[in-house]
Amino acid sequence: MNLPEAKVSKILNFSCVDGPGNRLVLFLQGCNFACLNCHNPHTMALCNHCGDCVPACPTGALSMIGGRVVHDPTRCDECDQCLEVCPINSNPKVFQVTIGEVLELVQRNKPFLNGITVSGGEATTQLKFITALFGVMKQSVSLRDLTCFIDSNGYLPEFAWRSVLPYTDGVMLDIKSFDCDLHCKLTGRTNERVLASARFLHAEGKLHELRYLLIPGMTDVPAEIDRLLDFVLDLSPGLNLRLNAFQHHGVRGEAQDWPAAEKDRVEEIASQLRRGGLSNVTTPAVYI
Amino acid sequence: MQELQARFKTITEDPSLSFSQKARALSLEAENSLAYPELDEDTARALEERVICDMYEGHAPFKPRYVMPDYSVVLKKGSEFLELEPAQTLDEAINSLMIAYHHVPSVTNMPVFLGHLDDLLLPYCDGVSEEALYSKIKLFWRYLDRVLPDAFMHANIGPSDNQVARAILKVDSELKQVAPNLTFIWDPEVSSDEIFQMACDSIIECSKPHIANHPVHQPIFDSAGYGIASCYNALPLCGGASTLTRINLYEVAKRSVSVEDFFQNVLPRYVDLNFRLTQVRVNHLFEKSRFFESFLVKEGWIAKDRFTAMFGIFAMAEAVNELQEKAGVAGRYGHDDAANSLGHRISAALAEAVASREMEYVWRGRAMLHSQAGLSDDGGCTPGVRIPYGSEPDPVTHIQALAGHHGYYTSGVSEILTLDETIRNNREALSQLVKGAFSLGFREFSANISSNDLVRVTGYMVRLSDIQKFKESGGSRINTTVLGAEASVTGAILDRAPRVIAHEFTRG
Repeated sequence: MNLPEAKVSKILNFSCVDGPGNRLVLFLQGCNFACLNCHNPHTMALCNHCGDCVPACPTGALSMIGGRVVHDPTRCDECDQCLEVCPINSNPKVFQVTIGEVLELVQRNKPFLNGITVSGGEATTQLKFITALFGVMKQSVSLRDLTCFIDSNGYLPEFAWRSVLPYTDGVMLDIKSFDCDLHCKLTGRTNERVLASARFLHAEGKLHELRYLLIPGMTDVPAEIDRLLDFVLDLSPGLNLRLNAFQHHGVRGEAQDWPAAEKDRVEEIASQLRRGGLSNVTTPAVYI
Repeated sequence: MQELQARFKTITEDPSLSFSQKARALSLEAENSLAYPELDEDTARALEERVICDMYEGHAPFKPRYVMPDYSVVLKKGSEFLELEPAQTLDEAINSLMIAYHHVPSVTNMPVFLGHLDDLLLPYCDGVSEEALYSKIKLFWRYLDRVLPDAFMHANIGPSDNQVARAILKVDSELKQVAPNLTFIWDPEVSSDEIFQMACDSIIECSKPHIANHPVHQPIFDSAGYGIASCYNALPLCGGASTLTRINLYEVAKRSVSVEDFFQNVLPRYVDLNFRLTQVRVNHLFEKSRFFESFLVKEGWIAKDRFTAMFGIFAMAEAVNELQEKAGVAGRYGHDDAANSLGHRISAALAEAVASREMEYVWRGRAMLHSQAGLSDDGGCTPGVRIPYGSEPDPVTHIQALAGHHGYYTSGVSEILTLDETIRNNREALSQLVKGAFSLGFREFSANISSNDLVRVTGYMVRLSDIQKFKESGGSRINTTVLGAEASVTGAILDRAPRVIAHEFTRG
C-alpha cells in the first residue's frame, strides 16, 4: 500500500498539555497562518533548500548534498542557530516519517499513553497523513483503544474535516480572535472558517477543547471577551475552554514588543467567564 | 582527649544547633570516640578510601538501622513494658501509636516506619464518622510533623480502598507537611481506580505519596509481609534492616582497566569487602549491643531473625560512563541503549553476588540489594541507579531506561521523576505514567512536580534554546512572575525546610 509520509519537526514521548492524559505528540511542519505572535515560527514553512543555514551551524551538522540541506542529528547540539538565520521560518531539522515508524513508536510507548495528538505548525496541512495514520490505528487491535486527537487552527473546511473525523476522537481548536480585522492582522487570514469549524466540530461531538490566547490590548479587550463568552455559551456552557497567556519566548518581530499577559489579568478574565456561565475554564499552570 | 573535649565544647556552644540537635551531635561524637569494630586490613582501606561506605552509622552499632515493628501487637495486646492496655477506641489506638513511636529506634533515633496505618486503625473505625476520622487524622499528622520532624519517617497505606487511607490522603495533601513521608501500596487486583487516582492527585498537590508496586514487592517477602520505610526501603515487617552499607560503583569503575576487568576482578573484590564490612557491623549489633534483649523483641513487636542487611550501591551513572569511556564508546547512561544495557549487566552481576553470599544473623541468610539514594555530600556521584539530575530524558524514555534495573533491587530503588507543573492541569497523564512504569516492572514510583526547563505550555513547544536566551536577556517582569509562581507553589514547603530535616541525609 502506498501510504503518505509526514514532515515532522518534533516528536514528544510525553505530553500532558496536548489533550486528555499522557499523549505522544507529532508536531507536523508547515502552517497556513502566519501569526505575528507565533511561539514556534520555525514550524511555519517547508524548507526550500536555499542553504543559508549551512554555514551558520557551529557543529557541522548541516551540509548541502545534491542541492538539498541535510541534517545530521548525531552532530547537532540543538543550539538552534539554523532557525535564527532561516529566511522563511523553516527548520532544516525537519524529518520524514512513515506511518509504520509512527506505529512502532506508539506501540513501544503504549503502556504510558492515553493517546496520540498531531499538532504543528498546522497539522491539517498534512491531512492525508493524519487520516491514514488514525485510520490504521483505529483498525489495529492493539492500538485502537488509544484516542486520536488533532490540535488545529480551524482553517480546514468542513468537507475536509468530514474525511478525517470518522477516525478522530477529538479536536483542540484555537480561536485567535473574534473581530475579523484583528484576526486578519494577527494571522493573515479571516476567521469565518475558524468559527465555522468550531461550530461544525461541536455539532459532530468532536470539539474536545477551545483555546483562546489572551494578548493584552488586543484579544483581552472587553468586546472580545464578551464575544468569546457568547460564542461558547451558544455551543455549550460546559465546553472545555482553555485560556492561554501571551508570553515572549520564541516570538519574533513586532510581537516581541507587545506586553506579556499577566497572571492576575488572566485569572480575572477566567472569573468573568465563569460568572457568565462557563463551567470548564482552565488557566495556565505556569507563566514562562 | 583534649581534642575530643574541644569538639564537645564546640557542639555545646554552637549557635546554629537546637538543644536536641546538640544532644544528638554529642552522642554521635561519644559513639565515634570508641574504636571501630575490628576490620581486616583490606576492608579498612576500602572503607578509608570510601569505595565502600558504612553510611557513617557510627562506630558501635547498638541499634538496627531500620526497625519495622508490627504495631498491631501493641494495639491488640497492649504493652507490659509501656503499661498500655489493648486499645478499645480509635482515640486509644492513635494514642498508643504516638507513644509506641517514641520507643522505636533507628539510625536517626527517630522511627522510620509508622506502620500500615489503615490496617492498624480500621478495626477501631466502626461508628466513627468521616468528619471525626478526618479531624483525628489531622491532629495525628500535626503531632508527627512537629514532634518527630524527620522526612524519612514513613507511613504506609493501601492497597485496599478504605476510609482511613482516604482520610490520610486528604489530610496529607491539605497540610503539605514534609513529615511524615507516605507510601501508597498499589495492587491492581485490590486497589480501586478512585483511590489510585486520589493518590496520583495527591502527588500533584504535595509530591506525596510514593506508590509501591505490590505485585512486584509481595513475592520477595513472606506471609508476615513487608513495609516501606525511609527512602523507599522495602523491608520485612516485624523486623527491619540491621545495616546499610554501600559500594561507590564509580570508584570501582575508576579502579578497573576495562569493562571485563571491572566484572572479572575489581567489582567482585569490592563486593567481597563490602560484605565483610557488613558482617562485622551486623556481628557487633547481634553479639555486643544487647539490642535484642529489648522489650520490643520480648513483646513481639519485632523478631530477632527478621532483620536483613541492605547491600547498597550508588553512582551507577558515573560508573557506566567511566566504563564506556574506557571502552572508547560514546553512549551515555540514560540516553544510549548500549550504555543502559551495561548498567543492567552491572545490576545483574550485583544481584547474583548478593544471592550467592551467605550471611550470619541476616534474615533468610542473604543480604538484599538496594539502589541507595545518597548522602548530602556525595559530590559528583548520582544516587543509586538514577540518571544524573539535569540530563534526564523525557519521563517515558527515563522510565524505559531504568525499568530493567528494578527487578534486581529487592530492598528498594530510590528513583524520583521530575515532572513539570503543566501536569497540574492534566491529572490523568500522571496516573497513566505510573501505570506505564509499573507495567514495565517499576518497583516504586516517586515524582516531584516542579518548575524546570522542560516546561511546555498548552499547544506549543518551548525550545530549550529559547528559555536559555530568555534567561540571558533578562526580561525582569516575567522572571519575577516565574519566581512568584514558584514561590506560591513551593513556598509553604520551603518555609518549613529549616525545621524539618531529612536526618538520614547528613552524616552521623
